[in-house]
Amino acid sequence: MTTPPAVRVWESHMTLLKRIWKTNLTLGFVQPILFLLGMGLGVGSLVDARTASSDALGGMGYLAFLAPALLATTAMLVGSFESTYPVLAGFKWEGTFDSMAATSLTTRQIVAGQLLWWATRVSLAVVGVTVVLVVVPDTRSWGLVPATLSAVLCGLSFSTTVGAYAATREYDQSFNYVQRFVVTPLFLFGGAFYPIEALPGILKPIAWVTPLWHGVELTRGFVLETIGFFAVLGHLAVLFAYITLGLYLCDRYFARRLYR
Amino acid sequence: MGQQYRVAVLPIVSARGLTKKFDDFEAVRGIDFEIARGEAFGFLGPNGAGKSSTMRMIGCVSPVTSGTLRLFDLDPATSGKEIRARMGVVPQQDNLDSELTVFDNLVVYGRYFDIPRAECKSRARELLDFVQLSDRADSRVEPLSGGMKRRLTIARSLINQPELLLLDEPTTGLDPQARHILWDRLYRLKQQGVTLVLTTHYMDEAEQLCDRLVVMDGGRIVAEGSPRELIAQHSTREVLELRFPAGTNAERARSVTDLGERHEILPDRILVYADDGESVLHEVHARGLSPESALVRRSTLEDVFLRLTGRSLVD
Repeated sequence: MTTPPAVRVWESHMTLLKRIWKTNLTLGFVQPILFLLGMGLGVGSLVDARTASSDALGGMGYLAFLAPALLATTAMLVGSFESTYPVLAGFKWEGTFDSMAATSLTTRQIVAGQLLWWATRVSLAVVGVTVVLVVVPDTRSWGLVPATLSAVLCGLSFSTTVGAYAATREYDQSFNYVQRFVVTPLFLFGGAFYPIEALPGILKPIAWVTPLWHGVELTRGFVLETIGFFAVLGHLAVLFAYITLGLYLCDRYFARRLYR
Repeated sequence: MGQQYRVAVLPIVSARGLTKKFDDFEAVRGIDFEIARGEAFGFLGPNGAGKSSTMRMIGCVSPVTSGTLRLFDLDPATSGKEIRARMGVVPQQDNLDSELTVFDNLVVYGRYFDIPRAECKSRARELLDFVQLSDRADSRVEPLSGGMKRRLTIARSLINQPELLLLDEPTTGLDPQARHILWDRLYRLKQQGVTLVLTTHYMDEAEQLCDRLVVMDGGRIVAEGSPRELIAQHSTREVLELRFPAGTNAERARSVTDLGERHEILPDRILVYADDGESVLHEVHARGLSPESALVRRSTLEDVFLRLTGRSLVD
């Protein structure tokens, strides 16, 4: 009986997770709750008090507007982080990828196993947020199911592309750039905290091409039931395109680094 | 291990005109060698000689630039995966998973080869016993000593019951006790029929472990043979080491240059290479020279090594 190679690579991460799951799962809940309280209630009370802003959100409360987007932002934060230091460690400090490359595994199998692990890691974090959203009456809906899945895809579009980038890096300082010029700006300008229509004209197209905005549109659309069929298809297509590109680059850069 | 019945017809590794280039740097410049099944084969050489590059090519994790390389009569370019499945690798730097336990490191690694989990566990127990780490099975890797990590890496390399074991500087940085334990384990593996290929710059290690070795320098093979053959070819049976009062070496040396087959003047000593060191020493005394100390010793691989690769520092 044989097990698919990707699953066997994934098992190595799971072996560790089984030992440290407590801290990982509890930490997953903390951040979204902080954002819900801080932004949702705090900023929300200001926003909801003004009719004009409430109209801009389509008549919904700010908490309901913000909360589903946290699925996508959490996925982005966890998905991109998991591909920075841990990936460089696998090449540089710990050499776990090199140790895998010396076995009968191929690069493609190593990358596939990595994808499974990223999916697991992002899912754990996103499901933590989902649980919080089930508790909040404004967002309690069956739409949370497809929203959660979309968030995972959003996270993977970051994991795969950032992971490919990490495979080309020599120093971890590079990850500051990812944080400063990709993750933080997207977090702020990707449509999570306000509709991107509120942005100046030039910034809008930038939001359109980044995976976060598509993830936010999907999660919000599903939870609040405001999204149409073709919009879903379009957003999913973009996320899958990113994941495909990311995987292609991972395969290429992992191979280049491992088999010198 | 499981391969004792195979008839050793083909060499387990063979290389012809093997080269490795990184951009414009040529690390390996056309080397030929053959390694027989069951043999312990060593690559010796100073840093930068091309040993590790050669080992990585043999390990099928570094594409051959030109020339041919065959392992188990297979081509690494097309059958890397199949070859690696039959091979164990102990890299120069331990790349254990420091967050996992000692035991889990072995199980996880065995799973990479698609060995069933239960089988991985039973092999892991046996191997931990073999490398004397059973009592640390549940400990994390990080706090282990260098020698323990090295033994664990060797145990890990054996999880797929390899026919060929590659060891890149297996004992560099270890204390004498740890080295002797490792040598003992490697010798046992050899007796079980595992082919060992190792690099080292410890000459005592090469003499202890290797049936045959090549000396590499500047990406080329400069000598090949058993330790004994190499000593016979490139050195004399014995070496007389003479030490004169500081600063007088060079001057005294002039009066012994005709003795022995060859001599070497070092800042602190004069080495006279001769088959009979004692008689040379008699002659030294007969000439009225009185060295501060005189030592007759057998030639070692180190003498061969220094002769072939020079005494200047390579970094």
